[in-house]
Amino acid sequence: MFITQVLNGLQLGSIYALVALGYTMVYGIILLLNFAHGDIIMVGAYVSWLVMAQLGLPPVLAIVLSVAACTLMGVLIDKVAYAPLRNAPRLSILITAIGVSYFLENGAQLVFGADAKVVPAYTDLTTIQLGGLSLSFPSVLTVLVTIAATVALTLVVQKTKLGKAMRAVSEDMGAARLMGINVNSTISFTFAVGSALAGIGAVLYAMAYTQANPTMGMMLGTKAFVAAVLGGIGSIPGAVVGGLLVGFAEVFVTAIGLSVWKDAVVFLLLIIVLVVRPTGIFGRTMSEKV
Amino acid sequence: MRHEKTEDKPVISASASKGDTGVYRRLPMPARYAINAVVVLVLLVLGELMIDGGAINRYQSTVLEQVGIYIILAVSLNIATGYLGQLPLGHAGFMSMGAYGCSIFIIRMSEVLGVGARDFVTGTPMALVLVIGGLVVGGLCAAVAGIVIGIPALRLKGDYLAIITLAFAEIIRVVMLNIDDVLGFELTGGAAGLTGIPGFSSFLLVFGCVAVVCFLIHTMMKSRHGRAILAIRDNEIAAEATGVNTTYYKTLAFVVSAFFAGVAGGLYAGCVGVLQPAVFGFMKSIEILVMVVLGGMGSMLGSALSATVLTILPEALRAFSEYRMIAYAVVLIIVMIFRPQGLLGSYDFSLSRVIERVMNRDFPWKRRDDKPAAEKDGEEVSAHAER
Amino acid sequence: MPSDKRKRRSVLVQMETPNLIPERDLGTIPVLQAEHLGIDFGGLTAVDDFNIAMGKTEISGLIGPNGAGKTTIFNLLTNVYKPTRGTVLIDGYDTAGKSVAEVNRMGIARTFQNIRLFSQMTVEQNVLVGFGNTMSTHLITDMLRLPGHWRQEAEFHERALELLDIFDMRKYADTQAGNLPYGAQRRLEILRALATGPKVLLLDEPAAGMNPAETEELMENIQKIRDEFQIAILLIEHDMSLVMGVCEVVGVLDYGKIIAKGTPEQIQNDPRVIEAYLGKQEVK
Repeated sequence: MFITQVLNGLQLGSIYALVALGYTMVYGIILLLNFAHGDIIMVGAYVSWLVMAQLGLPPVLAIVLSVAACTLMGVLIDKVAYAPLRNAPRLSILITAIGVSYFLENGAQLVFGADAKVVPAYTDLTTIQLGGLSLSFPSVLTVLVTIAATVALTLVVQKTKLGKAMRAVSEDMGAARLMGINVNSTISFTFAVGSALAGIGAVLYAMAYTQANPTMGMMLGTKAFVAAVLGGIGSIPGAVVGGLLVGFAEVFVTAIGLSVWKDAVVFLLLIIVLVVRPTGIFGRTMSEKV
Repeated sequence: MRHEKTEDKPVISASASKGDTGVYRRLPMPARYAINAVVVLVLLVLGELMIDGGAINRYQSTVLEQVGIYIILAVSLNIATGYLGQLPLGHAGFMSMGAYGCSIFIIRMSEVLGVGARDFVTGTPMALVLVIGGLVVGGLCAAVAGIVIGIPALRLKGDYLAIITLAFAEIIRVVMLNIDDVLGFELTGGAAGLTGIPGFSSFLLVFGCVAVVCFLIHTMMKSRHGRAILAIRDNEIAAEATGVNTTYYKTLAFVVSAFFAGVAGGLYAGCVGVLQPAVFGFMKSIEILVMVVLGGMGSMLGSALSATVLTILPEALRAFSEYRMIAYAVVLIIVMIFRPQGLLGSYDFSLSRVIERVMNRDFPWKRRDDKPAAEKDGEEVSAHAER
Repeated sequence: MPSDKRKRRSVLVQMETPNLIPERDLGTIPVLQAEHLGIDFGGLTAVDDFNIAMGKTEISGLIGPNGAGKTTIFNLLTNVYKPTRGTVLIDGYDTAGKSVAEVNRMGIARTFQNIRLFSQMTVEQNVLVGFGNTMSTHLITDMLRLPGHWRQEAEFHERALELLDIFDMRKYADTQAGNLPYGAQRRLEILRALATGPKVLLLDEPAAGMNPAETEELMENIQKIRDEFQIAILLIEHDMSLVMGVCEVVGVLDYGKIIAKGTPEQIQNDPRVIEAYLGKQEVK
């Protein structure tokens, strides 16, 4: 029983962490709270439904296409809606992001209808036996995938040339440009990576909750966003820790029978962390030079 | 800023170009207020007559009330965004505090005082007192929430402030939803909603409140308090070094903003008659923020105009309800891409200034050639100062 | 405002270098006094053992190579940074634990190296923000436009224009501060600081970006401000003609420490100063 709850917490936390990574990366590089990020997950879930339930194609294809669609979507959104506003006031870009979020939600509602679609199971394997314990396979898979994705992301950011470019752009966009870094393609790459993670998150979410609806991205996105801020927005380990914290908090509150209060608890957790550490757990403190 | 004294000495001013007489003639202060008051009164009476005469039907007048409520919400949020320069994402939380505070006060007090639902429609003196009392109570509830939220939130910067206000608003929503179970008696009605709220909002009440709120915000911003708030927006470090108690003025702006949102919430309750926590979610806060940003940050007229358009447009497009939200989203993105500062920028309309222009025969088409560009810019923004 | 309960500490500091307060100010409490002031930024000592005692109407200068810690000292004196060591007394009152705004109201006002105006407000409004320290109307009085509001606004409108007259800036009263020419922006910053009613005025590179004629004018204005307002002025400046022309006492800062202090003549001939600026001459 206890093990199950811990695994549930890990599973939910992992999904939040994957989505939070996308928020954190985009924020880190262009200081934008990408409100549309949650809705990208919704797109991913619908693609899975489309591929498996409508076209009857194999789950592997559904996974690949979902992740690809999310990646493409993220890059496209940046190019169309955010790129023209690189030098505009930050609030304008924020409002644009909200506009994109509205557009995706209502577009999905128009195309697919308001009611939830059932996403078929990706695999028949539901439980695995581990040393006498019977564990839910989606949960274990979610945790493993998240660990792999986080390690891969860390390696990309720390070791590759593109990762170095990303860090340089997030440090100082102007200076990075002067050093010959192609800022626009670096930003596109960031959106691509963040959205691909959201795509993976979408598949794992659909695996766990087997449905897709137009507004599913909103609450999931908001929670993941809270997780990113909690951990310190802009920080990769912060997003993972924040995601796990939020996931565990929710599962714990539900387990003690107070599920109606779980949103309040998550937000309260955020407030307490921010009051104690104004830039989140792993956030850097930036002070203006006088 | 310039007062009655201006007649007895020549005004040398960079942006006020001289009329034919050589001295820019100005309206004395009492006359300005009188003119504005008369215009407001005429509009209010005109609207009321049209409603009574049937030129505006019930549905339309309800939409008008909604317009007024959103105007109050937008201009009140504008204090925190446009004037203080922060980004709160929890305005709907203040609105719900006001809505519930006002409704519960009015419901409970009318039981105690024996005021019936009919009395609110006919408008007996007792009912009127109750309504005004309720709106003030609603405002105070929201203001208290504003203090509670403001003290931790205002220590944070930028996006962290945005997210913490969002968090507080969501907490308020969850509390409204579940508080009855904790208390053990019915207070907010939970998810089913708070019912039995007398329909006390009317065109006159709502737009009377709009006029009062706009006046009070205007007078606050054009005083030492407002200047301190604007100074914090322009440069917080310099404001502090100039003796501005930044903590106090940030909290003040936040609390005043919350208070008026609470009043709007009260009017909303009296307009729709049922309150459900789900209405005051995150999307409602965003909706109000969009009005402010679209209209132009720091422009009261901009906030009011875009509140009007964005309230009426969805109603007008009801027939195309499937597409209207998409159209809304597209308009939002396009406006932000092509006019990031909002439709009106920070321009604010002043009736007195227009009259002064006419008095001095100082028209835009006459001053085109002899004004350097920089001064024109200066003028647009110095709309903050009533000249 | 310093409360009456607080004890004034009026003892002059014992320093290796003699106190250089001008004779006319002797006998009064130093208007600005810092004792053993220092700050560390994570192990790095940015300022160490900074001492100063300024007479009521003294004009002093602080010079030193880039990165010597001059602006940091201003930030310490105004409590923008909390000192790691030492105390600051303004007119005898300790500033420890006060906010930046409170310290300003105790009598210290400053300008900034990189201009920090309220750029979207008009010139007059910028000055009026400074007058906020002396304005007293209640929020309700202002919001309801009661007679007290009009009286006060009219009075301070006049005072703001009079203040602008000092630098002949009345003509700009309604101009947006961000649209002013560079030199006028620097002058406005000084006026805004003066509006707060300081006893000590700190000027951070007031002549930066000015041509020789403007610098000349600024020198006259600094003296004019001192004479008219009877306040002390401490300035940071790289322009030696200004420092040597206007300051009565000059302190030289290098690596966070005062290495020399004296009259402009003494400083100009001090080998330690020359060394700090030009490096040590190699002995062959």
